[in-house]
Amino acid sequence: MILGRVTGEVVATQKHPSQEGRKLLLVEPEDFAGARAQGAPAGLIALDAVGAGVGERVLVVLDGYAAMSAVERPMSPIDAAVVGIIDRVDALGS
Amino acid sequence: MQLARVIGTVVATRKDPRLEGFKLLVARLQNAEGKDEAGYVVAVDMVGAGAGERVLIVQGSSARMARDGQDKPIDAAIVGIVDTVESHG
Amino acid sequence: MFLARVTGTVVATVKDEGLRARKLLVVRPLDGAGRPLARTLVALDAVGAGMGETVYCCRGKEASFPWLPETVPADASIVGIVDPEANPGLMAHRGARP
Repeated sequence: MILGRVTGEVVATQKHPSQEGRKLLLVEPEDFAGARAQGAPAGLIALDAVGAGVGERVLVVLDGYAAMSAVERPMSPIDAAVVGIIDRVDALGS
Repeated sequence: MQLARVIGTVVATRKDPRLEGFKLLVARLQNAEGKDEAGYVVAVDMVGAGAGERVLIVQGSSARMARDGQDKPIDAAIVGIVDTVESHG
Repeated sequence: MFLARVTGTVVATVKDEGLRARKLLVVRPLDGAGRPLARTLVALDAVGAGMGETVYCCRGKEASFPWLPETVPADASIVGIVDPEANPGLMAHRGARP
């Protein structure tokens, strides 16, 4: 899983039936401290499994099986899903 | 999938038995304009590609979705020989 | 999935059976602001996308799932077309070069 920030919602009328009924979120991957992650996938689109919105910090799975399970669409062309809205990330130690 | 150009072959006598009978080709990745890019892959040839030919490569577990790829230890396969690419930007 | 723009088409006569009669498109990934990135890849079309359209693509083995139970060797497929009117921010850089 990665941490990210929802930066937009994407509207697509014409899409594969497996994507219907779930929000398409544009997610900017972030590092532990909340800065934009270096070398992370750009233009990442994830299906919303938890009701996340623009500006929220979220937990994203980048694995097909995990993403399909999250949105309950088995055997679908889905490779990413937002599976959590982050309240906070705590650093351990100094 | 990615476009690539066949630049070599790999001969391996000792290999996983499930790879017996497959041709292993080295392919240089290319952009849509036909320019070489950094990086190459060793891919199993599924379509009878030859040296210098422009090909279509599928990577990851999808490579095992090719016709003869099921249950084989394959993570890259050549699944097409490219005739033409029309590219605008 | 990732945002991309359709920038080309690929014709291949000799190909895996699973790709027969399917449309191969060249797509250029976009960043979160709709700016084109410097690389391209080939994606199999699952939704009827065309040249110049802004789309989103699935990657990995899941990319082949639109055609189940057929086994199709695709590691990237176009699974949605982004509505230009509803997403003006993503269209601002249309026609731009990376």
